Amino acid sequence: MRAIDFSAAINETLRQEMARDENIVVFGEDVGFFGGLFGCTKNLQKEFGESRVRDTPISEGAIIGAAVGAALGGLRPVAELQFIDFVGCNGAMDQIFNQMAKMRYMFGGAVSVPVIVRAPCGSRYPIAGGAAQHSQNLEAWFMHVPGLKVVTPSNPYDAKGLLTTALRGDDPVFFIEHKLLYYAQRMPSLREKYPTLLCDVPETVYTMSFGHANIVKVGRDVTVVATMMMVHKCVKAAEELSKLGIELEIIDPRTLIPLDARTILDSVKKTGRVVIVSEDCRTGGVAAEIAATIVEEGFDHLEGPIRRLSGLDVPTPYSPSLERAAIPQEEDIIKAVREIIGS
Amino acid sequence: MAEFADLSKNQLAEMLSTMLRIRKFEEKAGELFSQGLIPGLIHLYIGEEAVAVGVCENLKQSDYVVSTHRGHGHCIAKGGDTKKMMAELLGKATGYSKGRGGSMHMIAPEIGVMGCSGIVGAGIPIAAGLGLSSDVKKSGRIVACFFGDGASNTGTFHEGLNLAAAWKLPVVFVCENNLYAISVPMKKTTTIEHVADRAAAYGILGIIVDGMDVISVYNVFREAAERARAGKGPTLMECKTYRFRGHFEGDPRGGGVYRSEAEMTEWKNKCPIRSFRTKLIDSETLTEEEVQEIERRIIEEIEEAAEFAQNSPYPPASEVSNDVFALDQQEGTGK
Repeated sequence: MRAIDFSAAINETLRQEMARDENIVVFGEDVGFFGGLFGCTKNLQKEFGESRVRDTPISEGAIIGAAVGAALGGLRPVAELQFIDFVGCNGAMDQIFNQMAKMRYMFGGAVSVPVIVRAPCGSRYPIAGGAAQHSQNLEAWFMHVPGLKVVTPSNPYDAKGLLTTALRGDDPVFFIEHKLLYYAQRMPSLREKYPTLLCDVPETVYTMSFGHANIVKVGRDVTVVATMMMVHKCVKAAEELSKLGIELEIIDPRTLIPLDARTILDSVKKTGRVVIVSEDCRTGGVAAEIAATIVEEGFDHLEGPIRRLSGLDVPTPYSPSLERAAIPQEEDIIKAVREIIGS
Repeated sequence: MAEFADLSKNQLAEMLSTMLRIRKFEEKAGELFSQGLIPGLIHLYIGEEAVAVGVCENLKQSDYVVSTHRGHGHCIAKGGDTKKMMAELLGKATGYSKGRGGSMHMIAPEIGVMGCSGIVGAGIPIAAGLGLSSDVKKSGRIVACFFGDGASNTGTFHEGLNLAAAWKLPVVFVCENNLYAISVPMKKTTTIEHVADRAAAYGILGIIVDGMDVISVYNVFREAAERARAGKGPTLMECKTYRFRGHFEGDPRGGGVYRSEAEMTEWKNKCPIRSFRTKLIDSETLTEEEVQEIERRIIEEIEEAAEFAQNSPYPPASEVSNDVFALDQQEGTGK
């Protein structure tokens, strides 16, 4: 087994693909000399030079805008937003939802805009309190913009395969990386608690189709759909529930756009019960969209109401006691599952 | 012919033709709009023709243009097909964007027109990115980025110019200062008189040019283009100009609600086409008959374009969901 962590998987993918395709360029804040705040672009500038790997000013609008222009000019830019929270800064959002996402359609298919925006998201509890402006989960925002693919890997293996696919595709991709996933190698306590954070990642290059969910664990009783860090919490919760004779079927969509509704519905057909676990705020969130899809297309298989376990509708608080309470934890998952099956 | 720089008779005649093509296209578009044949908004370029033509005369087909909501002139000056353009305004399947974009979202990548945009200032960092692609690929292509005085107060103006300057990208930023951001005069929102003065903040050259004089625009842009091609980075060029119509067709009294009659008359007297035409005839570069022949030909072309557009089909509703994504093999079983 070759266990590397999430940031190393991102780094390796970028390196391998940049060597394969000279049109791939990487830029963002601190990504060059420093190698990125989370080390995802480490040594890329050294290896590929300052023309292809560039440090930018703190100009999110120009980072994404220049990525759009560079893509129109035939490059495959990978633009890093240092934190997904910065997507609203300085005109970046306009470049994403009014330009990048819409260009293929509004220009009648005349152009491709293969930009990849890499954006770290999520709470780093219990490692570091990022508070309200460095901890958000905004994936639902991008799901609502036609023209963007929204990729949410939960482990290093998927990260490598999905990023390779993104780099070879012709569409803009919002590639969202949960920050806690970066810490598995560095924080023994974290990987002891969630051993699935590390997994075997082949050194050879491979791609993974978008829109194919991963059945993380097969089970007969309850379908649990979970994204990113929540997948690992659900695995942990499933171990406890197994002891009570309750078997979860855990499904990780891996990409939210396109969403593999088929795999989710097939599971619901089997279990009849659903809990959706996502870290983003509940209202108008990821879980709402998945729940609506299940109700619309799989209502007859449901034996009870769907439960959403999402982040609370609050700005992410700073203090650990509050931050912990703001996002779903293993005990919340266990409680929700027991409630819906009446155990 | 010293007043015409290095331009040949053919080039000069071509420049006059292009200015006329823009004018006649826009007049026709305005006419079709008033007949209710254009199902959306249009912003006409009438009065500003010297800017697009003076700039684009210096560009190769492979060079890039980034345009604005007032983009018809840029597209024509870069060699756009007036049939496809008019069809796009009418929302027809034969338009540049297959009727998906309309006036504000035209594109013609095959001639380097990399898109008009309805968001003021949005094209500026995109132009920097096109410059980046040229720089990384060493393609030698330069970028002419058009925007208005209003865009110079957006955040992306600052970010885009700073980035292009820091990376010495081959972009010429062409500000078409027509004095008004819709109804608001620049002097009410901006404490400096000249947008070009902002160049100092980015350590690049800022130049003010008479945007009603196509030869002045040509000369200034030529130097800026040479700097860009030589790897010396961007230039901010401010063209003082004026739109003869309202901000959009339908703007009451052609923009006369917020502009005085005296001011509008003063600028219309500086009509860039009339003055260029007179100069070409007075200098005996072209004869009156030659100019009339050009005018006749252009009017005929625009009539044909309008006819083509009107006779073209609308895109079928069955295509409403096409081209949101590339057709590739990445999709799984999901929606």
